Amino acid sequence: MKPSLIVVALAALLCVAAASDPSERLPDPAQEAQARTIFRQVRCLVCQNESIDDSDAELAGDLRRVVREQVAAGRSPGQVKDFLTARYGEFVLLKPAFSLANAALWLAPLITVLIGLTLLAGRWRRREPTPDLTAEEETRLAALMDEQAP
Amino acid sequence: MITELGAFALALALALSIAQSALGLLGGRRPALAGAGEGAALATFLAVAAAFSALIVAFVTSDFSVANVAANSHTAKPLLYKVAGAWGSHEGSMLLWCLILTAYGAAVAVFGKGLPASLKSRVLGVQGLLGVLFLAYTTFASNPLARLIEPPIEGRSLNPLLQDPALAAHPPFLYLGYVGFSVVFSFAVAALIEGRVDAAWARWVRPWTLAAWSLLTVGITLGAFWAYYELGWGGWWFWDPVENASFMPWLIGAALLHSAIVTEKRGALSGWTVFLALAAFTFSMLGAFLVRSGVLTSVHAFAVDPTRGVLLLTIMAIASGAGFALFAWRAPALAPGGVFAPASRESLIVLNNILLTAATATVLLGTLFPLIREAIGGETVSVGPPFFNLTFVPLMALALMILPLGPLTAWKRGDLRRGADQLKVAAIVAVLAGATAYVMVSPRKAMASAGLALGFWLIGGALTEAAVRVKAFRAPWPEVRRRLTGLPRGTWGMTLAHAGLGVFTLGACFETAWKVEAAEALAVGGQLRLGGYELSLDEVGTVDGPNYLAERGVIRVTRSGKAVCTALPERRFFPAGRQSTSEVALCNRGLDQIYIVLGERRAAADGGPAWLVRGYFNPWVQLIFLGPLLMALGGLLSLSDRRLRLAAGNRP
Repeated sequence: MKPSLIVVALAALLCVAAASDPSERLPDPAQEAQARTIFRQVRCLVCQNESIDDSDAELAGDLRRVVREQVAAGRSPGQVKDFLTARYGEFVLLKPAFSLANAALWLAPLITVLIGLTLLAGRWRRREPTPDLTAEEETRLAALMDEQAP
Repeated sequence: MITELGAFALALALALSIAQSALGLLGGRRPALAGAGEGAALATFLAVAAAFSALIVAFVTSDFSVANVAANSHTAKPLLYKVAGAWGSHEGSMLLWCLILTAYGAAVAVFGKGLPASLKSRVLGVQGLLGVLFLAYTTFASNPLARLIEPPIEGRSLNPLLQDPALAAHPPFLYLGYVGFSVVFSFAVAALIEGRVDAAWARWVRPWTLAAWSLLTVGITLGAFWAYYELGWGGWWFWDPVENASFMPWLIGAALLHSAIVTEKRGALSGWTVFLALAAFTFSMLGAFLVRSGVLTSVHAFAVDPTRGVLLLTIMAIASGAGFALFAWRAPALAPGGVFAPASRESLIVLNNILLTAATATVLLGTLFPLIREAIGGETVSVGPPFFNLTFVPLMALALMILPLGPLTAWKRGDLRRGADQLKVAAIVAVLAGATAYVMVSPRKAMASAGLALGFWLIGGALTEAAVRVKAFRAPWPEVRRRLTGLPRGTWGMTLAHAGLGVFTLGACFETAWKVEAAEALAVGGQLRLGGYELSLDEVGTVDGPNYLAERGVIRVTRSGKAVCTALPERRFFPAGRQSTSEVALCNRGLDQIYIVLGERRAAADGGPAWLVRGYFNPWVQLIFLGPLLMALGGLLSLSDRRLRLAAGNRP
């Protein structure tokens, strides 16, 4: 294979941190930083579990352009994410919405901790069983105590 | 011929493991059979070892008439990756799983001298049953030694991303950890069959848990390190389903390590310890299923096969189902053990267990939730890193906050104020360090600074505890020295592991919050600014590798004009699979690393050639990998403690 062909093949296949590509960047660093924060929360729809910040798939590039345009137009991160959700569904967000359908997901950590604490508190209330002494034992104990006393 | 012998040895191993389980389980009552069960455990291991050696031979000699070799190897591959190719595929990795499973069985037979005969026999019996399940699966559904009728002339090679030293060692360590929990599982089932879980049982379970957990720690760290430098964007943890699959047994294993101490020292929590022992291997099996079934999308999923996925799920359902059913039946009869006050080491360890269990539940639900929502007819959703940052991280932060108090609080009824008093210096150091980071490091980040404080709190806490134990600054030097040399290794292991967790926390917080990134298309002679460093692209040449061709950039790194290092990042093209990878160049600067990637070639503004060069300055990144290694080292140090090998007080 000729070197030039190799270079073409390399260019077509490699996939690394696509969002940092200088040719895509917004001129305003603050807006660019905001766009990057949003990228990390948006899923590349055609990829395997990657954010659009990492993926160099074509669709991820398109989504980055959309997000950058909207950020440049002064829209807030919430508005941008609402826009994406309306277009692509909840699947596009890497952080599931706080909604009733996702309640089990978001509340599970808290519920597990509460169950655990309840069980622990139950353990604390348990006392070591202290059986009552029989009359005979009481007298023996008293005798022992007398012996010990000087 | 060797391959056929290997296939025969595999079938033989299956037959032997059936014998092992029958002899082992019956041997619990008839001591005459127990010895035969031990022999069967050793023989099973030797047979699987023979089959595995045959596979290695087929890979090393590039015998492409073996289907698995043809699919995963290539004559031009370096020897290390030919050998590693043996476990690079689904079939080969399952054989490795079986090898380790039977090796642990043989290890119990050889090293379990102090065990009561009936318990040992039953443990080997249960281990044999697990062996039957996995060997039957390997033999009938995923045989790596199957032949091809028409062998190809050249193999299809291993995915080049996987041709890496860290990744060659990653699966063996990971499986030593995953499968190590099988012994703990067998101990739990055997104890439930006997209906007795006591302090002695916990003491026998602990070394196996320590071994499995430490090796799993090494395995996960190798995987994270590989992801860090091989995938090319400096990330080391992605909350990907496959990573989560390996993380869940680790978390449960960590909980088990601690609850087993309570059972051993105080006779309490025995039911819970058995539950965790069953859960740890269940999560290992769940991981094996998730990685291979294709039910979840993942960046690094294995060769995916739904039919085999169903079989693995069935194996898991049989093994765990039986284990937990036995637990539900026998657990209520287990002795509840000693009581303890709210302010006691038991309570703090239970709190640790609650938080670790909640963290595991979070990871489990986060991994499976997309499937659940889809199954109940809802939309498909994604659960990614932002979710875990909001749930898992606070749970763990809470666990880390209470951690240093644990070892300083007495069993049964302690005094939290005394512990807090002893930790005063550690707390002051931690707060000062956090405040310094908040003020000095730019940009200002409150959460990351708090994370750094937490890391120092853990390290300070571990050192404080060691100092209290040896009475440093309190007793005269001869006594301190006597105490220093007299402390059991288990104690030093704990100090090291807890400090290692702190070291990891420091690295993870610092790197995540303050990494610097820069990227520019550079022509030869061009420069890129990365924080305080300048990267100059001096030249780009081509390199001929053993099984790849590469473009290599020569990038000079300087800091205010002074030379720092020369980085040689590569883009490699592997003709065998028509795939390419990037070979990152790393420059170590103390705890920091400069991470340089040579990107694609593109046209510069003047029409000449230019290369996209990305640089990352990753502060304290070495601590991310050093910390877990310290934890694993701590675990292994504890394992070498002779207390764990002494016959633990024979049972009444």
